[in-house]
Formats: sequence, C-alpha cells, structure tokens
Amino acid sequence: MRYIRPLSMEDAVGQLAGSSGTAAILAGGSDLLVRMKGGFIEPDLIVDIKAIDGLGEIRETAEGFSIGAAVSCALMGESVALNREWPGVVEAAKLIGSKQVQGRCTIVGNLCNASPAADSVPALVAAAARALIIGPGGRRTVPVEAVPTGPGKTSLAKGEIIEAILLDRRAPRSGDAYLRFIPRTEMDIAVVSAGVNLTLDEQGVVKSARVSLGAVAPTVLLVEEAAEALIGRKLDEAALERLAKVCSGACRPIDDKRGTVEFRRKVAGVLARRAATTAYARAGGK
Amino acid sequence: MNFDPRYSSRSFASVGTRPIRPDGVDKVTGRARYGADFNMAGQLVGRVLRSPHAHATIRKIDTSKAEKLPGVKAVITAADLPDLTDGDAAMYDILDNCMARKKALYDGHAVAAVAAVDARTATQALKLIEVDYEVLPHVTDVDEAMKHSAPVLNDSIFTEGVEEKPTKPSNVTKRSQYGHGDVREGFAQADYVVERSFKTEQTHQGYIEPHACVASVSSDGTADLWVCTQGHFVYRQHCAQLLGMEASKLRVTSSEIGGGFGGKTHVWAEPVALALSRKAGRPVKLVMTRDEVFRASGPTSATSIDVKIGARKDGTITAAEATLRYSCGPYAGMWAELGAMTAFACYKLDNVKTVGYEVLVNRPKTAAYRAPSAPMAAFAVESAVDELAKEIGMDPVEFRIRNAAQEGTRSSYGPVYGPIGIGPTLEAAKNHPHMKAPLGKNQGRGMACGFWFNFGGQTCTDLNIGMDGSVSLAVGTVDVGGSRASLSLVAAEELGIAYEQVKAVVADTSSLGYNDMTDGSRGTFSSSMATISAARNAIKVLRERAAQMWDVPVDDVVWEKGHAIAKGEKYGNLAALSLKEIAAASGKTGGPIAGHSELVADGAGVSFATHICDIEVDPETGATRVLRYTVVQDAGKAVHPTYVEGQYQGGAAQGIGWALNEEYIYAKDGRLQNAGFLDYRIPVCSDLPMIDTQILEIPNPNHPYGVRGVGETSIVPPLAAIANAVSNAAGVRMTHIPMSPPRVLAAIEAERGG
Repeated sequence: MRYIRPLSMEDAVGQLAGSSGTAAILAGGSDLLVRMKGGFIEPDLIVDIKAIDGLGEIRETAEGFSIGAAVSCALMGESVALNREWPGVVEAAKLIGSKQVQGRCTIVGNLCNASPAADSVPALVAAAARALIIGPGGRRTVPVEAVPTGPGKTSLAKGEIIEAILLDRRAPRSGDAYLRFIPRTEMDIAVVSAGVNLTLDEQGVVKSARVSLGAVAPTVLLVEEAAEALIGRKLDEAALERLAKVCSGACRPIDDKRGTVEFRRKVAGVLARRAATTAYARAGGK
Repeated sequence: MNFDPRYSSRSFASVGTRPIRPDGVDKVTGRARYGADFNMAGQLVGRVLRSPHAHATIRKIDTSKAEKLPGVKAVITAADLPDLTDGDAAMYDILDNCMARKKALYDGHAVAAVAAVDARTATQALKLIEVDYEVLPHVTDVDEAMKHSAPVLNDSIFTEGVEEKPTKPSNVTKRSQYGHGDVREGFAQADYVVERSFKTEQTHQGYIEPHACVASVSSDGTADLWVCTQGHFVYRQHCAQLLGMEASKLRVTSSEIGGGFGGKTHVWAEPVALALSRKAGRPVKLVMTRDEVFRASGPTSATSIDVKIGARKDGTITAAEATLRYSCGPYAGMWAELGAMTAFACYKLDNVKTVGYEVLVNRPKTAAYRAPSAPMAAFAVESAVDELAKEIGMDPVEFRIRNAAQEGTRSSYGPVYGPIGIGPTLEAAKNHPHMKAPLGKNQGRGMACGFWFNFGGQTCTDLNIGMDGSVSLAVGTVDVGGSRASLSLVAAEELGIAYEQVKAVVADTSSLGYNDMTDGSRGTFSSSMATISAARNAIKVLRERAAQMWDVPVDDVVWEKGHAIAKGEKYGNLAALSLKEIAAASGKTGGPIAGHSELVADGAGVSFATHICDIEVDPETGATRVLRYTVVQDAGKAVHPTYVEGQYQGGAAQGIGWALNEEYIYAKDGRLQNAGFLDYRIPVCSDLPMIDTQILEIPNPNHPYGVRGVGETSIVPPLAAIANAVSNAAGVRMTHIPMSPPRVLAAIEAERGG
C-alpha cells in the first residue's frame, strides 16, 4: 500500500490516472479508514488531498459558493454566509456521524461514498448543487445527482477527482430544509430522508421547488412530481398532503435491517411534508 | 471462625458515605489496564476463523497452506483441543462452542485459529485455511425451532422434564414447571381474565470492551493468562479442565473490565489462546473484533411468552399462568426455567403455574445478561397486569399494591419470603412526584415491577496490615461496578479507620483461595461479608498484640474506633493503642498482622424494584422519546450510595435500549445482519434523560449490615415499564420487543385501520 500527499490537483490527478490496482482518495477518512480497518477494502494507493492548496476553503464568488473537497462539515457549520443562504445543506452536513466525525468528514466524501442513505446528498440535490470535477481531460461540472450511480458506485472516470461543490447565490424569498429519520437521536444512518428547496413570489406562492428523497432507492431521488405539487400554490394543507402522497409513491425502498418498505414509504411522505413546512418558513412564507 | 452473618441494627461511620473510588483516577486518565493492554515480549497475534454458515457439517479442514505462510507460528482446529471433559455435558458444550468439532452451529462459530507474528499475517493465514462445509437447513426463530418440521440441531437431544420420554429428538432440551395451587380453579373464580402473547428479540450485553486475553504457556506446562473477565477463578477452572492442566499450574490475572453484564462469565477465546500458545511456544494475544463479539459471544435469549391472569372485581388476582419459550443458542441451557421462576415473583398468588421450554436455535450460545431471563418474563407479565388493571378499572399501582408479595408469602418459585421490598417500592412509586407530573400530547406513562434472586457463593478474602498501619485488602471477586471502593469502606468501618487507609485490589488466582465469579449481584454482598469476617479476625490478632504489649489478659482488651483499649479500672492509666502503633510493633510481637476469611455467603436477600417512565410517541413515524425515568429499588443497605445509584441507572439504560431498539437481525440465510454498533442500536447519551433513583433500605437479615445485591434487578422492570408507557402514549398494546419505530408505526396504523 502506497500513501501519497500531493500538493497540487494536477499531481493528484496524474498519480491517480497513472496508478495500477485499486486507488482511494482520502479527505476526512470517515468512510475510507473505517472500511479499511474493517477489512472490507485494501487499496494499493491512497491519495490524501488535504495538503492541496485551497481545497480546505469555502469560497464566496459572484455566482455563489465553492466548497472545497477537503472542507469538513464542522467548518461548513461555522460559515455564517453558508448558514444564511443554505441552512438546509448545512443542517444535513451537520447530521453526519458525531461531533468528532463532523470535524473530519466532507460532503464530497459523503457524495463519492455513494450511499443511498448519505445525509448531505439529498440536501445538495434539492439545492441543485453541482460538482466541479477535474481529471486527465480537464475540468467539467455536473449536477451532484449525476455522481452516484448506485450503492458504492459513481460516474467518476479513472483519474477524476471532485474538486469542489458549487452552490448558487440565493434568489430572494428562498429557503431549504433537510430532515432524516433515525431510531436514535444521533450517531446513526438515515432510514429515510427528505430535502426541500423553495423560492416564493412576493405573495408567498411557491415559484420554484426541488424535492429529494434519500434511502428509498439505490440513489437519491429527485422527485419532480413532488415539486409540481407545490409550485404555484401556497403551502396549504392540500398541497402538503399531495406532496406527502407523491413522495410516498415515488419511493422504491427495500426491507432491510434499518426499516421496512411500508415504514419507509409512509415516513418519506411525513418527512417531505415537515421539511417543506420548514423550508417555506425559512423562505419567509406564512 | 464462628463468623455470625446475622444482621444487627447499628450506626455507621464509613458505610453509606461516597468517597472517590480507588480505580477512578486510572480509569479517567487512561492508565488503567484493560484486557488488550497487556503485552509480552515475543507475543504473537491470534485470529479466529469463523463459520459463515448458520448450520453446516465440517467435512474437512485443510490448514497446510496457512501453516506454510511465513510468519505463521501455529494453526489449530478442534483436533488441538481434544475432548477431556469426561462426560461433563456442560463442559463439552463450552469446548464445542470454543471450537466447532463436527458441525458449525451458528454464523460466527469458531472453526480454526492461527497465531502469527503480526495481524496482517494472521489475517492472510485465515484466508488460506480451506474448510469443506456441507451446508444444512437451519432455524433461528424460537417458535419455528419448536415445530415438528424444524431442522434438528442435535439428534441426541430428547426433551427432559416431560412425563413420557419422547421417541424422537427435537430442539426442545427441557421442560420445567413452577407454581402452586390450582390455576383452573383460580380462573373459575375470576371476573376478568386477560390472555396475551408476547415476543422479545435477542439482545447483546453490549459491553464496550471486547473480549481480550494474553496467554503464555511455558514448556514446563505451567501457564499465565491475563484476561478481561467477571470471574478469573472460574476461567482458570474451565481452561485448566479443557486443556488438561492442573488448576494451580495456570495463573489467571483479571484486568480492569469495560463492561461484562454476565457476558464475561463464559470462556470463548481463552482456551483457544492457550492452545495456540502451547503449540507455538510463545505468548499469544487474542482480541475479538466487534463483529466477533456480536456473532460469537454474549447474547441473551429471544423469547415467545403466553400469559394469562385472572382477577376478581375487587382487584384480587385469583390465578396466573405463563408459558415461556426461550432460545438457548445451539446448546442446552436453563434460561426459560429462570424466566418461569421469576415471572410472578412479585405477587402473592394462591394459584400460579409457569412452564418453561428451552429451545435450541442456530444462534450464538446464550449467555447470562444481567438478571438473565427475568426482563422478558417481567415484560410479558407486567404488560398483562397493566391490561387487567385497566379492564377492572383500577389504578395500575393500586392493583399491584393489592397483590404484592409480603414477608411470609410463598413465592411462585417455591421459597417463603423473609422481609422484602416489593410493597415499599410500590408505595414509594405511588408517592413519588413523578407519578403526579402532567403529561402532554402523545405522551404516556408506564410503570412496572421486577424481581431478582441474587446470589452469594464461595468467597475468600485477605486483609493484611502493613507496618505503617495501612491496610491491603485482597479480594477475589472482579470489580465490575465500584466494589473495591465499597469493600474498602467496609474494612474501614470494621477496623475503625479512615477509608483512605485501605487499598483494595483484585488478587490473581495464585494469591487467594477460590472465589465464584462476579455474577448474581454477589460482588459486594459476598465480598463485604468476607471482608467483615477477615477484619474481625484481624481485630482479634490486634487485640492479642495489644494485650502482649501491655502484658494484660487479652479478654480485657476491646477494639473501639481503630484502637485497642484495656477495659477496667486497674488499666485507667493505659493510653489506647492505635492500629498504627500496634502495627509498628508487630515485628516484635509475633510478626505480620492479617485477617483471612473463607466462607460461603449464604442468604443473599432477594431484590425488588419498581420503575416509572414517561414516553412520547410520534404517531406519524413511530419514533419514541424517553422523557423521564425513575428507579425505586431496595438495596438492603447501600454501602456506597453513588455506585448503587450507578447500578440502578445502568440497568435502566440497558433496559431502555433493549425495549426500544436493540435486536439481533438475521437474514433468511441465517447470517447476522447487524454485527456492529451502527445497526445494533444501544442508546447514545442524547437518547436518555437523567435517570432518577430512590434507594430504599430494607435490611437483609442474613448480612451483618443488611446488604443485598443491587446490580441486576434494575434491568428487570424497564422492558415492561416502557412497553406500558408506549402503549399508553400510542393507544395500542405493544406486544413485541424492541418497540422500534417500524413496529410502533405498524401497530398504530393497524389500530387505526381496525
């Protein structure tokens, strides 16, 4: 096993592209190291990206935010601007693991681990976040939902690294929220989760919406029909009920050690409804 | 020597105070040595190969490739642990559980082990061992295993305890029955009868420290074992017997213990580590991973219980009956029998009958877990008691008070009770402010009672007085909950000296006589009795030495507040001699001063508790939250009240986890799905409220200070108390533990739909 700590993106990409055998990228290590200690994987090459300049920073640009691949979730929690504009994304990032884990883990790692139950991913999908990818062929940007393709699988090609997550500046009267269900109060994995991102007009009518669900299908679901249930309406009881029904119907869950099909369907609707109510209030809706 | 263990009322100087424990600083600074903290020069790393199948015949094991791997120093299979059990069936089961002999009986059953120079080599070697399995049909559910169509785990098992010996083998190893009176007659007198069926899933003790040991066998056949255990003397007996050694040739030293709760009363890894060391000729360290801890050690029984209770309109129970089916893993046990004995122990009953069935399943061998078997029986009985009170229209506390056992009551399992605490704990609960606190929307309150026998057993203690007057106390019961502090308090009390003058240690097996293990809530009960006896023997020596120093008859010397005093007017000018002064002169008056004690601590007083809890249920998700929790329990006499409270809180916390989320989940293939703390959900800090405690002291007549064991009873009521609270909050009776959110939501939806 070879461990390297490159100082530039180009070097990291070159090392990954030129490697033979299995390679893994190390940021916080909260998934990778646990899997290695558990004996599940034994990579031939580990590329630690934390020493690369700028990767540990949250940058504010004219277009919005660029969250570097080595930014810990705890650091996101400390960003006043990010909390103000994307509270749903931040609350999702800050639900991962425990305080100690949050000091290490990153949302890029969470995305690339490609678990259907990842906490930050539904919030990022609802927020229409994009992943900035660098690889041997240069840079490209894709919607985050295009990254995971199934449990443990991503669309990243050999040598590619996600450099940052990009979030847009907020339109006025916008709000997002994320909720997950776990049997405990913390230190747990989502059984079901829902992210909702809304922008309202001046009358409090939903102008645009994105609704996502986690842990109910092989990848996080972006439920367009659920968004349609909200668009053009205030968040009245009928809209919320329709939202819950659509979300329950959109689930393609499995029975497993964490929950049953029936439970996940029902709770997906409940959480979507509750997250929508919070997002609506955050957007200034009454 | 003529030690009188009977209780007599007295006042205390040290007992009942709350000093810092002697092991505290080391534990919070990380200096304390746990099982995996022992190391020896030249030590090898041991690893165990485990069956991936729930049930399979082992046709052949080929270890030749593993043996050839550079760095591998020993590979063993069952062939290296020959059967020396000489017809002792229980020991044979332990041997077979340590290393499968003919069949792998559960996912995780050990089949081979290696010792290598490092962990990487040992892990590689495991992959090179070829096991040829013939996979057999399996059964993991307790009810399924009782069916005639179920695969039989052991064709030499014919149910014991039935009138006619069965003609066919089955998975039911034994039927047991307890009770008195005539239940049919009793039910005929009842105005109300409640009959319910309940299930509880299998849980693990969930100790944070995995099993760990270092074994070192010398070429002369003697050996040392450092190990995390609840009973190093028992481990010595078992290991010596399984390896064909004389007990005195094996010295076992117990480490600090990061939780045991009954799960560290069995040997699993220790005989394997010794066999590896014997073969390799070097010390071997064997530490289980968390995955191994779940798959191969621990768990408690999964159960299926039917309860029927009848009562008159006035609230008097006329008859009570229960059938209890407990899983034992693949080896015979007496788990259902313990459930059958404890089920109705809280109540005064004229007509009672309980029947237990011990059932074999393809799961790990059931081990004791804190008041083993009682929590599940209490869950079933106390749930039915609540239902019955509701049908009659009585307050659940009043109903229980009316039927509570008293001094002189013949218990449902046989003996007649002496002074007991069930009535007082119920009265205390009834008057507790918690009972009157208001409840909000979706919130419910539940209460329940619990019983545990407690145990005494063989105990040996040495008390040595140094020449500087400080006292060393060597005990043989492993300290699992602060007993070194408690026993130091007891020694200080008897000798009349300060707590700080006493230092208690747990001695190794070569330094002290045999002690039973720390189970049955016996640690402080039995070792305090032995410490009192040892201290009184030391006082006798101290008086003799003082008499010698003064040249007066020993009968004229008494011991008061840490001093020898010559009684009588003629000695008026003799100043009292302190323990320190007598100790300083000991070299000239006959040598070292010590007191020893060897006894069987009979008369462990039974223990009762009543718990109250408030739960909020989210009716849309089935999520539960424990809002408030109160434990009321009889301690007899709380030697160190802080550690008594700790036992009350610990049992309640474990019970909360068991009631709400903890369970072994098996897939159809018989493999355990959640062998880790991520998906085996013990409560985290934020899941629990502060658990309030109230200590009652109803003296045990068979202990000089009135002490009763306190460690186990606290886990008996929680399953039932929480089930009653959830049922009240959700408006539907919960009959399946754990009450995980999917189960609660399904029950709510079914109630709505129905």
